[in-house]
Amino acid sequence: MRCSTKARGGRISAVAQFEKSFTLQVPSSTQNLALIREFVSAIGAQAGFDEKDVMRLQLAVDEACANVIEHAYDLEATHEVTIRALIDDDLIRFEIVDQGKGFDPARIEEQNLDALIRDRRSGGLGLRLIRSIMDDVQYQIVPGEKNELRMMKRLKKHTA
Amino acid sequence: MSTNFRIERSELGGAVVLALDGFLDAHTAPQFENAISSEAEAGHLHLIADCRKLSYISSAGLGVFMSFIEEIREKGGDIKLSGIEPKVYQVFEVLGFHELFDIVDNVEAAGALFDQGSRRKD
Repeated sequence: MRCSTKARGGRISAVAQFEKSFTLQVPSSTQNLALIREFVSAIGAQAGFDEKDVMRLQLAVDEACANVIEHAYDLEATHEVTIRALIDDDLIRFEIVDQGKGFDPARIEEQNLDALIRDRRSGGLGLRLIRSIMDDVQYQIVPGEKNELRMMKRLKKHTA
Repeated sequence: MSTNFRIERSELGGAVVLALDGFLDAHTAPQFENAISSEAEAGHLHLIADCRKLSYISSAGLGVFMSFIEEIREKGGDIKLSGIEPKVYQVFEVLGFHELFDIVDNVEAAGALFDQGSRRKD
């Protein structure tokens, strides 16, 4: 496991803007989902999210990483999952990176909830949760090379 | 580290209570799946998931509920949930699962629903 942090500071007019980035890299085992959630919890709290939203962030990242472990890597624990977190002024971004199989987001997004429930091992329920929680979700899929899920949540948005 | 998940089994009237304690995620969901599967195979179809000590649930945990509910209801049983903490309940809400299950305050209320033979949600 490798965990590193770095912070960049700058000034625009009279207002200081800070952007902090954190990286956690873990073996691709579901056992590490707990560690991943602890990482997200600490960073979410540092970014100013309340307890309820921190748990939502934990859930979104957990779902993304569980999908990587189960589907991109077929539950093989010999690979790595990288979680990058970036705190900006009023938002937090997460990037989940793997080198596994990848998937077609469009195929999952077309399924309705009933289909997702029946096909619960597809990972579609997790993606539905991620989309419900985060304000923006983007994928860059290059199967076998590099897959990246980028998601963002604004600090000031408090969903019901 | 938040890896712990335990299930304690007890009985309440004619229902089986599975008290879930800890974190129910993709790592621990198979444990819960085995527990429900064992009950269903033994013909115990009145199941109460006592969630007072459930700290976390992800779609893997929700999926376990979903994968058994149809079969258990077809056989005349049900899975009722009780005592879910608000921060956990929000996960059920996000996906609309709270519409699919009877969720009550405590195991006694869940047992009473079984005693009345009533099911509020299909």
